[in-house]
Amino acid sequence: MNPRGLAAALAPPAVTLAILAAGAGFLWSDLDPSGREAVAAILTPPRIGLLVLLGLVLATALAILGYRLFARFAAPARRLAEDVRLIAQGNAAHRVAPSGAAELQALAGAVNELAEVRSALAADVAATVADANARVEAERSRLAALIAELDQSVLVCNREGRILLYNAAARRILGGGDASLLGLGRSVFGIVDRNLILHAVEAMERQLERKEREGTHFVTATGDGRLLRVQAAPVAQQAAGATDAGGLAGYVLLLADVTESVDAESKRVALFQKLVEGTRAGLANIRAASENLAAHPGMEEGRRARFAGIIQDEAVRLSDLLQATTADASEGLKVRWPLEEMRGEDLLTLARSRIERRVGLATKLESVDPELWLRVDSFSLAQGLGYLARRLEDEFAVREVRFRLLPVGGHAQLDMLWRGAPLASETAFAWQNDPFTLGGEDTPLTLAQVIERHGGETWYQRDLPAQLAYFRLLLPLAEGRRRSRGRGEASSRPEFYDFDLFRRSAASEALDERPLAELAYTVFDTETTGLNPAEGDEIIAIGAVRILNGRILAGETFESLVDPQRSLPEASVAVHGITREMLAGQPTIDGVLPRFRRFAEDAVLVGHNAAFDMRFLQLKEAQTGVRFEQPVLDTLLLSAVAHPEQASHSLEEIAGRLGVNVVGRHTALGDALVTAEVFLRLVPVLSERGIRTLGQARAAAEKTYYARLKY
Amino acid sequence: MTKRVLIADDEANIVASLEFLMEQAGFEVKVATDGAAALALVAGFRPDLVLLDVMMPVKNGYEVCQQLKSDPDTRSVKVILLSAKGRDVEVAKGLELGADAYVTKPFSTRELVAKVKELLAG
Repeated sequence: MNPRGLAAALAPPAVTLAILAAGAGFLWSDLDPSGREAVAAILTPPRIGLLVLLGLVLATALAILGYRLFARFAAPARRLAEDVRLIAQGNAAHRVAPSGAAELQALAGAVNELAEVRSALAADVAATVADANARVEAERSRLAALIAELDQSVLVCNREGRILLYNAAARRILGGGDASLLGLGRSVFGIVDRNLILHAVEAMERQLERKEREGTHFVTATGDGRLLRVQAAPVAQQAAGATDAGGLAGYVLLLADVTESVDAESKRVALFQKLVEGTRAGLANIRAASENLAAHPGMEEGRRARFAGIIQDEAVRLSDLLQATTADASEGLKVRWPLEEMRGEDLLTLARSRIERRVGLATKLESVDPELWLRVDSFSLAQGLGYLARRLEDEFAVREVRFRLLPVGGHAQLDMLWRGAPLASETAFAWQNDPFTLGGEDTPLTLAQVIERHGGETWYQRDLPAQLAYFRLLLPLAEGRRRSRGRGEASSRPEFYDFDLFRRSAASEALDERPLAELAYTVFDTETTGLNPAEGDEIIAIGAVRILNGRILAGETFESLVDPQRSLPEASVAVHGITREMLAGQPTIDGVLPRFRRFAEDAVLVGHNAAFDMRFLQLKEAQTGVRFEQPVLDTLLLSAVAHPEQASHSLEEIAGRLGVNVVGRHTALGDALVTAEVFLRLVPVLSERGIRTLGQARAAAEKTYYARLKY
Repeated sequence: MTKRVLIADDEANIVASLEFLMEQAGFEVKVATDGAAALALVAGFRPDLVLLDVMMPVKNGYEVCQQLKSDPDTRSVKVILLSAKGRDVEVAKGLELGADAYVTKPFSTRELVAKVKELLAG
């Protein structure tokens, strides 16, 4: 018997005896002497012995009762509490052994049930987590395998320049000494010039701020003198569920060895330049001399001989030039660096931040054409401008420089201006031809060389009346630039990455057997001139978006207005807001439907009240020859299957019910996007109702359709 | 009054032709074979026009042109830049620095003489 049991057994008799003794004592004290004598007379030895015996029997009975109560209720309740704690905190597989009173045994049974449910749930969660982990792992290894297979050298780095991933090609290209600096977690600055990387990072951050992701590129030299062209593409931070890209999380670097191609290219260019300029001078001399001879037949003999000599002399020089330039082709010539396309505004921002940070000089933008794109080596140019600014500050105490960038003729004119302090033209000339050093960076480059590399020109000029002086740089414009490229694209996550595509077996199961969650869908909507296709109403807009592996591919949309070749009823304009003017010049249905069919190929069609839209499409079959033979799902019917008790299944109502944000309604694409989200949220609800495959969904929708018809 | 033309070019073969052309056209001619020499000659010779080669030793034609055009004493001297460099940025630079004409080599002697006469008449 444990101490608690002992206490439970002894407590009731002890308390009872104490109460009896106290009662007796009280009675005794209450009696007068005669009464006490009478009681004392009664309590004679045989009687008192009987009384004590009675007391003992009572105490024993009470002790037994106390112990039994303890054993049936208190002890099992305590054990139960302990068992529950054990299940909760330690061993989930532990079960309670029922004991004690019937009520407590029932409670123990209930606890066991709860534990079972909990175990099953935990197992479910564990399985889901394991599955998800396995998929992530598989994706990672597929990604790694893909990158390993690439011929192109790839480095992935985080914002701080730590290498997160690289492939064998990167190791090969870095070759020799640099390769030992390549390793996971090591800094990319050990491999690629730190300043170039920081410059690229700055450029990419600026792009992300503008929601562009074009990346940037530059050329760098390796330790063993080869030239690498480095393309940097930004990786934006992507918060879960956020549609907007955040700041720069890291970047991908693609390296290519361009030593030979740059060499070959620069040799060709230099050769061409040398030939053109050499030939021009020589030809000028020959032409002038021969024209003189022809124009003055009577000139004195000495002069005639002189001009004839010039012609012969120059002819020989031209032949020699040709000889020499072909020979030069095998010599190493000055490298011509590839130039990148860049917004002029960005170049100025880079230059200004460099001047402000490194030189500590104030800068100002006087005027800039925001649509101006340049083809430049932005790093060297920013370096060059920074160098000029530093000398202006050091040697002429200039306090501020300003910039101006405008297109003039076929090139861009970039001016760096300052007030006062005119330079001697010799000084300006010397600055252009001194190698520039800036903030501890030594380069063998001169501004003149950088400008020559751009095929541009630079000079110093004074504007006396305005008391201004400036360096003017003529730089090449980017040609055929698509100016809007990239704008807005980054606002949604790019979709072209989906490794689940690898899981598709080529041998496709019959579509009907396929789970809804796995299928590819084209969710579409149309706007029309009215509600009666049979009576001549026509489609005026089609919008669609694709769904793959349960994700809306916001980057893969279809949107087209259609010239209905008929009038537009006022009532319909009020619905869709499309006017006659907007439709003028748009393609007709004959042109749009074949494109839409190609867009929708290999996918299940989804529409809200799809039958309406399909009717329009079917009526155009004969005219356009375009048939849509794929299965069609209707979100209106599916919603009725999922929530049969709800009265309304309008797109707005369903969207509200399922928590879908309704934006941009009543444009075909806007409605298609809302429908797509609604559809994605209906899939799990249907699954709960046992509708998991396309076949089941179609059957259920059909049943609902007839059920609805009956009303 | 006879107009004065200064020829500045380091190539004897073109100088010979230019000299002959200008003399035939009735001008008084002097020759300098580098940029610094050309500037030195301007003060004494006081030419009305300078035929200025761009690629010259010591001081190139752009610099000579800029200096002539920024000095009030010599601003009125006409300048024709002659160059084997004919890209648009080079032409733009020459004209912005104040040259009155930019002639790309090779050129027609007849047209060059016509250009010189036109500038001196105007």
